[in-house]
Amino acid sequence: MKSLLDACCERCTHTPEKPCQDYLFCRTEGPICHDDSSCQEKRKQFIEQKRAKTSGSKRILICAGTGCASLGAVSIVQALSDELEKHGLTDRVEVVPTGCHGFCEQGPTFIIEPEGTLYVKVSLEDIPEIINEEILNGKRIERLLTVNSTTLQTTTQFNTNSFFEKQERVVLKNCGFIDPKSIEDYIINDGYKGFVKAVQNLSSDEVIEEVKKSGLRGRGGAGFSTGLKWSFCRQAPGDKKYIICNADEGDPGAFMDRGVLEGDPHSVIEGMLIGAYAIGADEGYVYCRAEYPLAIQHLEVAIAQAEKIGLLGDNILNTGFNFRLEIRQGAGAFVCGEETALMASIEGKRGMPRVRPPFPAQSGLWGKPTNINNVETWSNLPHILRNGADWYGSFGTEKSKGTKIFALTGQVNNTGLVEVPMGTTLREIIFDIGGGIINNRKFKAVQIGGPSGGCLPEELLDLQVDYETLTKAGAMVGSGGLVIMDESTCMVDIARFFLNFSQSESCGKCTPCREGNKRMWEILDRIVKGQGEMEDLERLESLAMVVKDTSLCGLGQNSPNPILSSLKYFRGEFEAHIKDKKCPAHVCTALLTYFIEVDKCKKCGLCAKNCPVNCISGDKNNPYVIDSSKCINCGTCQDKCKFGAVIKQ
Amino acid sequence: MSTVTLNIDDRKVTIPAGTTVLEACRMNNIPIPTLCHDPELTNSGSCRLCVVEVEGMRSLSPSCVTVATQGMQVKTNTRRVKEARKTVLELLVANHPLDCMTCQKMGDCSLAQYAYEYGVKDDVYPGERRNVCLDDSNPFIVRDSNKCILCGKCVRVCEEVQGRSVLDFYQRGFESLVGPAFGSDLSQSDCVLCGSCVSVCPVGALTEKQMIGKGRPWEIKKVQTTCPFCGTGCSFDLNVKAGEVIGVTSNPEAPVNGRALCVKGRFGTDFIHSPNRLTAPLVKKDGEFVEVEWDEALDLVASKLRAIKSEYGADSIAALSSAHCTNEENYLMQKFMRAVIGTNNIDHCART
Ligand SMILES: Cc1cc2nc3c(=O)[nH]c(=O)nc-3n(C[C@H](O)[C@H](O)[C@H](O)COP(=O)(O)O)c2cc1C
Ligand code: SF4
Ligand code: SF4
Ligand code: SF4
Repeated sequence: MKSLLDACCERCTHTPEKPCQDYLFCRTEGPICHDDSSCQEKRKQFIEQKRAKTSGSKRILICAGTGCASLGAVSIVQALSDELEKHGLTDRVEVVPTGCHGFCEQGPTFIIEPEGTLYVKVSLEDIPEIINEEILNGKRIERLLTVNSTTLQTTTQFNTNSFFEKQERVVLKNCGFIDPKSIEDYIINDGYKGFVKAVQNLSSDEVIEEVKKSGLRGRGGAGFSTGLKWSFCRQAPGDKKYIICNADEGDPGAFMDRGVLEGDPHSVIEGMLIGAYAIGADEGYVYCRAEYPLAIQHLEVAIAQAEKIGLLGDNILNTGFNFRLEIRQGAGAFVCGEETALMASIEGKRGMPRVRPPFPAQSGLWGKPTNINNVETWSNLPHILRNGADWYGSFGTEKSKGTKIFALTGQVNNTGLVEVPMGTTLREIIFDIGGGIINNRKFKAVQIGGPSGGCLPEELLDLQVDYETLTKAGAMVGSGGLVIMDESTCMVDIARFFLNFSQSESCGKCTPCREGNKRMWEILDRIVKGQGEMEDLERLESLAMVVKDTSLCGLGQNSPNPILSSLKYFRGEFEAHIKDKKCPAHVCTALLTYFIEVDKCKKCGLCAKNCPVNCISGDKNNPYVIDSSKCINCGTCQDKCKFGAVIKQ
Repeated sequence: MSTVTLNIDDRKVTIPAGTTVLEACRMNNIPIPTLCHDPELTNSGSCRLCVVEVEGMRSLSPSCVTVATQGMQVKTNTRRVKEARKTVLELLVANHPLDCMTCQKMGDCSLAQYAYEYGVKDDVYPGERRNVCLDDSNPFIVRDSNKCILCGKCVRVCEEVQGRSVLDFYQRGFESLVGPAFGSDLSQSDCVLCGSCVSVCPVGALTEKQMIGKGRPWEIKKVQTTCPFCGTGCSFDLNVKAGEVIGVTSNPEAPVNGRALCVKGRFGTDFIHSPNRLTAPLVKKDGEFVEVEWDEALDLVASKLRAIKSEYGADSIAALSSAHCTNEENYLMQKFMRAVIGTNNIDHCART
């Protein structure tokens, strides 16, 4: 027995062609079909070793997700493995390249089991020390540890670090803790048990009831009840049905789905198996953007592994249930995340949304009843089936159950992936988990829900994050992007940024979105350049309302949200740009004036030497002055001045 | 047939089940503007001009794709509806050339018509306008994408009626355009120049090249006729100005073909007023063609046929008749060959 998946002895009859219904249970608790303590002992040992439970053995979990990989994690994995080999430690120490730990700001990150030691910002140079101190002498390396931002104590274990402490990792439970390329790792950690329970103990309708009861709502944006959606597709007439996993993840700054696919691809497959069984589908697609090569690679490996042991294919676990899964790569158009555009794209057509009804549940892929869910939605399901709807319902609020993953980005100390129960406040996410604003600057706004969401101000930091509350405030949970902004951000400029995204990603089909977003962007652009008029605000608002009211798909229906929420909460800033021709955050170049403070100027002349348009004059006896009529507001002088004498206003 | 009754603008309206709100309105003379709707094509619901208020719906509903249901409460004329339609038109006009004076479509342009009805001004959204090249690559169709309002009707007619799928949308956002693959010209595509796309275009983005500058809709008399080119029997409208045929337009009522035509029928009318056209029979005398009276010409043909028949037999004569002729003329031709000449050597260009 080289692998957990191998038979314990020749009495095992399982093959993918003639599957044994107890296969999965057997591999972790077995053998089932015969009594043999030596067979049982073999399995037990195997699993203990895998869990680093054998004394003296260690597992080093190194994040090798896209974030840490770009910081050199792949070569670190290689170097560490080489070094262990040199020291003859490979028997005792296992190096596991994992998916994302979530702590992207501090990458590359190590978690060393069994103790759970968290090392951050590990570099190649640290490896000899890790071998000598940590592994051979059992001593912590202080400088690689983190500090809990509440207690200000150095933390050794990852779960006492303030970033992890307040999280509730359900979907991300395996992410960063198992080898995503190993189906064994997944199975040891209760993998596929949810599916086995569904397919062997429950009828399709019972599965749907359980999902309905759990209160799970779609994590792709709209928050529609997953169980209800499944029941529509199940009830739709048709002998052929499809299910789809939406892994297009186009929101700027969002990478939750990438994290799940890279770190725990089998959880998505298991979720889809449960869904396919409940709905009565025998074919599925994962539509993933081609910009996620690692996610696609991990998913390909996972699908091949599942096929090999008969968890995908015909007559799965001898239940008569068939299911095949394929990957389709998208070329990175944001609108292809919209369900009808996505299906058109799978069919080989231009990714353009179409009017609904008919809804995909009636007529979807190739005109057949189709159910589409987001990556995170799918990977919630194994946990719901394994632990029950009541357990799941214990997380979250009355109407928004469970947990949600957020991608924390922007001017926050701990950027990364965090998973919290629904109903956690923005303040807890940004300050307790996120560690507050970089350089202790003042918080200004949080953009939540991506280009379809809105910007919320400081007064709303105590809002609970759930579907209804955020929508009421003019934002939305969306897919879960949280962009944190500090006082150095101009809200008009940010609204313009999101509008620029929406207007260039509009598919061009319907008039209000194609033409209206462009015109809203143009109005914002004029305001940012100091050419705005007060009537522009009214025009912006009324145009935004019409675009929302008349657009064909969610892109146009939500693209005005960043403008409307900013106008609601930060109207003064718009007015300052228009009336006073000033940008309060000192961001909008056209509205800035640079000048030199006489008292601070040491007359070194560095500013004048570097000014690209030669508009600074002065000499050893006369302080330097900027001729603002010629200045192009490039800011070079401010960057160059060593005495902070150049001020922008 | 089952019916549903709904309420439109406080009027009770009963219509067959399955009817859209747009159709229900039009059956009852309630005006609804549309640009992308065409009764013969699938609905894309994309121009968003036909929006109405339906009670219980969060957003405005596009009436062309909203099926009327029992008891539905529809309002077509509220401030919210009018404001939305006007904004949609303002947005289209803001990205449309305003050279209506010299546009071939003047007087027959849906955009101009609705802009007039809704009092749309051209200066609401100053900003960028589309500026791309004209496609003047073929003899029959001029494609001016700057005038295109992206209603997609040409895309759908080419795919759904003509079965060629030459046209589609390409690029995204404000840059979106409609045209052949890779933004190429019609002449480089699989286009068969049937002109179906021209017949559905609501604006001046697709026009008949030969008609440019030849006449305005109000100067033109439409004369329905049957196409002389083949035996299919398509009919269409000759566009006649001051006694001269300047071109052909589809007649949606045409019993055989509807609006569909082929390149010959739609664009092949230039022979009518061609100076090269033969108007009298010619007989070769001393090596030169000379104009003669019909009697002389027919006598000559008859005497030659008689001579050939008596010398070489009836089977030495054959006749090939043409799809240009009517059914009756073709019947007479075979009768003549069989009964008068006495041979079965008769064939027709459209036989295979
Ligand atoms: C413009 C646009 C982009 C979208 N992009 C995504 C996406 O990247 N991922 C996703 O899961 N859902 C996306 N959606 C939502 C999908 O249309 C669909 O609602 C979702 O996949 C359903 O899954 P759920 O019920 O699990 O949330 C997008 C919607 C719109 C309108
Ligand atoms: S709202 Fe925008 S993205 Fe959606 S169909 Fe209309 S143009 Fe396309
Ligand atoms: S002329 Fe006919 S074939 Fe050519 S693009 Fe138009 S509809 Fe298609
Ligand atoms: S060319 Fe005419 S028919 Fe085609 S999309 Fe443009 S406006 Fe519509």
